Amino acid sequence: MEPAEILSNPGGVIGVGWLMIALPLLGAAVLLLGGRRTNKFGHYFGVLMVLASFVVAVLAFVQILGFAPGERRRGVSLYEFIPGVADMGLLIDPLSISFALLITGVGALIHIYSIGYMSHDLDRRRFFGYLNLFVAAMLLLVLADNYVALFVGWEGVGLASYLLIGFWQFKPTAATAAKKAFVVNRVGDFGLLIAIFIIFTSFGSVAFGEVFAKAGGASEGTLTAIGLLLLLGACGKSAQLPLQSWLLDAMEGPTPVSALIHAATMVTAGVYLVVRSGAAFFPGDGTASLVVTIVGVATLLAGAIIGTAKDDIKKALAGSTMSQIGYMMLAAGLGPVGYAFAIAHLITHGFFKANLFLGAGSVMHGMNDQVDMRKYGGLRTFMPITFYTFVIGYLAIIGFPLLSGYFTKDGIIETAMEHNAILGWLAVVGAGITGFYMSRVVFMTFFGERRWDEGVKPHESPAVMTWPLILLAIGSAGLGAFLIMGNRFMIFLGPAVGRPDELPAFHAFAPVGLATLALVAVGAGYAWLKYGRQQVPVLAPRGSFLTTFARRDLYGDALNEALFMRPGQWLTRLAVWFDNRGVDGLVNGLAATIGGSSGRLRRIQTGYVRSYALSIFVGAAILAGAWFVVGTL
Amino acid sequence: MPWLSILMGVSALGALGVAFVKNDKLAKQATLAVSLVVMVLTIVMTVQFSPNGDRFQFAETYDWIPAFGVHYAVAVDGVALVLILLSAILVPIVVLASWHDAEAGKRSVRTYFSLLLVLEAMMIGVFAATDVFLFYVFFEAMLIPMYFMIGSYGGAQRSYAAVKFLLYSLFGGLLMLVAVIALYVIAGKGTFLFPELIGAITDPTTQKWLFLGFFIAFAIKAPLWPFHTWLPDAAAQAPAGAAVLLVGVLDKVGTYGMLRFCLELFPEASKWATPVVIALAVIGIVYGAIVAIGQTDIKRLIAYTSISHFGFIAMGVFAMTQNGAAGSALYMVNHGFATGALFLIAGFLIYRRGSAFISDYGGVQKVAPILAGTFLVAGLSGLSLPGLSPFVSEFMVLLGTYEVYAVPAIIGATGVVLAAIYILWMYQRTMNGPTAESVQGMADLNSRERWVVGPLIALIIVLGFFPKPLLDVINPSVKETIHNVSVTAPASAVAKEGQ
Repeated sequence: MEPAEILSNPGGVIGVGWLMIALPLLGAAVLLLGGRRTNKFGHYFGVLMVLASFVVAVLAFVQILGFAPGERRRGVSLYEFIPGVADMGLLIDPLSISFALLITGVGALIHIYSIGYMSHDLDRRRFFGYLNLFVAAMLLLVLADNYVALFVGWEGVGLASYLLIGFWQFKPTAATAAKKAFVVNRVGDFGLLIAIFIIFTSFGSVAFGEVFAKAGGASEGTLTAIGLLLLLGACGKSAQLPLQSWLLDAMEGPTPVSALIHAATMVTAGVYLVVRSGAAFFPGDGTASLVVTIVGVATLLAGAIIGTAKDDIKKALAGSTMSQIGYMMLAAGLGPVGYAFAIAHLITHGFFKANLFLGAGSVMHGMNDQVDMRKYGGLRTFMPITFYTFVIGYLAIIGFPLLSGYFTKDGIIETAMEHNAILGWLAVVGAGITGFYMSRVVFMTFFGERRWDEGVKPHESPAVMTWPLILLAIGSAGLGAFLIMGNRFMIFLGPAVGRPDELPAFHAFAPVGLATLALVAVGAGYAWLKYGRQQVPVLAPRGSFLTTFARRDLYGDALNEALFMRPGQWLTRLAVWFDNRGVDGLVNGLAATIGGSSGRLRRIQTGYVRSYALSIFVGAAILAGAWFVVGTL
Repeated sequence: MPWLSILMGVSALGALGVAFVKNDKLAKQATLAVSLVVMVLTIVMTVQFSPNGDRFQFAETYDWIPAFGVHYAVAVDGVALVLILLSAILVPIVVLASWHDAEAGKRSVRTYFSLLLVLEAMMIGVFAATDVFLFYVFFEAMLIPMYFMIGSYGGAQRSYAAVKFLLYSLFGGLLMLVAVIALYVIAGKGTFLFPELIGAITDPTTQKWLFLGFFIAFAIKAPLWPFHTWLPDAAAQAPAGAAVLLVGVLDKVGTYGMLRFCLELFPEASKWATPVVIALAVIGIVYGAIVAIGQTDIKRLIAYTSISHFGFIAMGVFAMTQNGAAGSALYMVNHGFATGALFLIAGFLIYRRGSAFISDYGGVQKVAPILAGTFLVAGLSGLSLPGLSPFVSEFMVLLGTYEVYAVPAIIGATGVVLAAIYILWMYQRTMNGPTAESVQGMADLNSRERWVVGPLIALIIVLGFFPKPLLDVINPSVKETIHNVSVTAPASAVAKEGQ
């Protein structure tokens, strides 16, 4: 089934769908411009705006469900943005509304959690202002009906991410991480920008409807070029190889930021872009789709390997995020069946990864902001709610039967296996490694003996933090079954991204699924042997060269430094030197020569109007004379 | 109503009046009042401009030197109008920002403010002139107030910078004067009126020579690589307000001149020169950005970012597509506001600390959050973040260039990445990290300074989301220009198949 046609604005809540974006934007404006006056109520106002946006999203969703499937794509034009190039408008369809629900729903929970988590921070109001700004930009990204408006949201979330990673900007590491994230993202944005140029020159429009309708008429080469450039953009935002290096450093931001932006929502924007453009540029076969799957598999393995070696709980989860988005990317390269699984996994991942990150934040909250898991241990009795919710998230991510990840990740693995056995088996291996590193996190944090620093008194977090954990855990547990059973989500998403005529049948415990489970069990068992049964050393052992390789993020930073940073620094120095000595020196020298002597130059420097005027006319006369001589020749 | 003459007249009379006010404070207040009146009048005039009416509106033509067909002829098309609007909005902001900048100068405070108003009259004149000779007169005369503003009120190296600025500009001006006279003689129309000179030069060789005379003058003024080396010195030594008018408005005369005079008077020669100009522009984009990354002085850094941005503007002009040229015209306005904000806030920062070296700062965000926040917004507009006005124009320039010259556009687009580096690295070194000892207790922006920065940032954001009002004015007159060069963007391949 091809994607449905985009129909006109039906009015109602969809007609005012822009409120979803405007409300959090208003929140950001009030909190950031209001100054200290808004300190008292700022965080509540921020929460309120996101909740209101969520309500609008739910109402719009209900309205969409009221239409026949073929009439569920609605365009809402807002105003002329760049005349002749792009309008500002929304496309509200099953894909974008799914995202809107995830962003505002999980976003609202994380906002609520942050009231408690950031309660001691003097700059809490500014934090909520940035969070609101992020939600607004992210919603623009997913709701936009054309590539230019999408790009506005796309870079908007980049800005919000920059501000939030560097929220504790007085820490040089945070400031550096923020800048790195922005610059690396801009490399991706460069790709997206060129893709938009090709799209506009080829199709005469940047609007999704028109572009997708005309894409069939373009040459194979054009489509591939657009696809690969879009993928470059996606790699930047979604921290996929080779633009992954910023995500681990991004953990410098407060933990709710990691949960919302660098796990549940923003980093999935690349997957959104690929799926949104899928029918036209990533049909599931052809070069662009193939490269998408290769990037996905490479990143899912790389992220998982990095996750195994990190002692910082947030960095272990960040490696995991890279890896899980790798799964989504892999799926997004597999055509219509893959799109549905990619987005389904994206949604369930949004819940369980937010759950895990916020759980980690709750642990840190009770441990004086300690992030080193080697200094945790035995925490399960001290923070029971955090523990149980974390375990649900953990079981969901490793694909424990009947929890969310089991349905969505297995869907991806099965689809990949049908497509290409190598991709499929590598994805299975990734699942095994996931079983290992996630079990490692759980054992090191909640089990074993106490390896705490002196004076640490672990305690459960306040209700404002635990309730969001509980709600997220419920989603982590049940959402996968809800979405996948009976192909419910695939059928819902069909009008937006297309779907196969024959829906995939769901086989519980098929051979591939069993193999995956077996490998996950092996991974978890090995983690238990190493971190559950044995004592965990407080100081990290040196480890083999493989461990070092993983700890250093597979030498991604070293590579970037050698390939780009150092040559760049030399180039900069050379250019500055050249500009001072070369260009300027030459011109100054020339001027002195023409002036005849420095003395005469100095006399010109007196700069009186009279001599100025005189030199104009003398010079003009000479040149005019020369002109006439030349002219008569 | 003779709007344009009124605008110039009010500024010029204001300048004269201010020059004779004995009391410094009164002189400042009078200058502010005059510039505000000019701004309001300009806005009223802009509202009355009909975008789809005649190309040139508010026209006034009087004989000046009848023997040579020189006229006092002023009128505006859309592009000239938005540039006059830019000047008229920037001047009162600059006046307010420069409140204390003239006190350490070599000449009196009132002279500085009087010069500002003289400059304003000339800026309006240069964009309004539709007589080529009159344009030349303003083009050269503008140098004089700016020369004194740099030379008498600037930093330690002001004499060197002022003279360098003057000599470069003079050299360009001379070439242009020759070309202007030759244009008059060769065209043989007995007039300097621009509309009558369109299409007057048909001989290709003559066109090329005259084109070069105009183009080099504009390339120095803009400035385009490799004619740029005067700008960092001038901008770094000029008081912040003068630097804003220099980079924000005066330099635009160069790119404006390319669009108006080079393209329309010498279309064949412009096409002949296009490969070279595009190459210089692309080099300028990348080179300016890389050299900016390596700067140690805040004002020089901003000046180099402008060299990069002028590369974008020139590229868009010479792409000769609707999107490219309209994007360039819009870029001139947006860059004026964005770089204006950046220079002025940097000026406030430097005024507090007494140093322009980046290494003398650190952690300012903690002590002066509003200063840091506004500096960030201005910086982000410098890196063309979507949602801020420079994005729209940079996007249009790159898109318009890509339509005809894909490879230069792609190389130019790397400037997007480099811009992120030069802005955010400067921001990190000055504003982030632990608070440096030397900036402890630094005061945040006071209310005067907030009134300077607030309107600029509001404009940058509003035009970032709603560029349409400006583009609606710019597009028809750019269309005319493009029509006169008779090059249009090739219709897209697929669209053609569809027809």
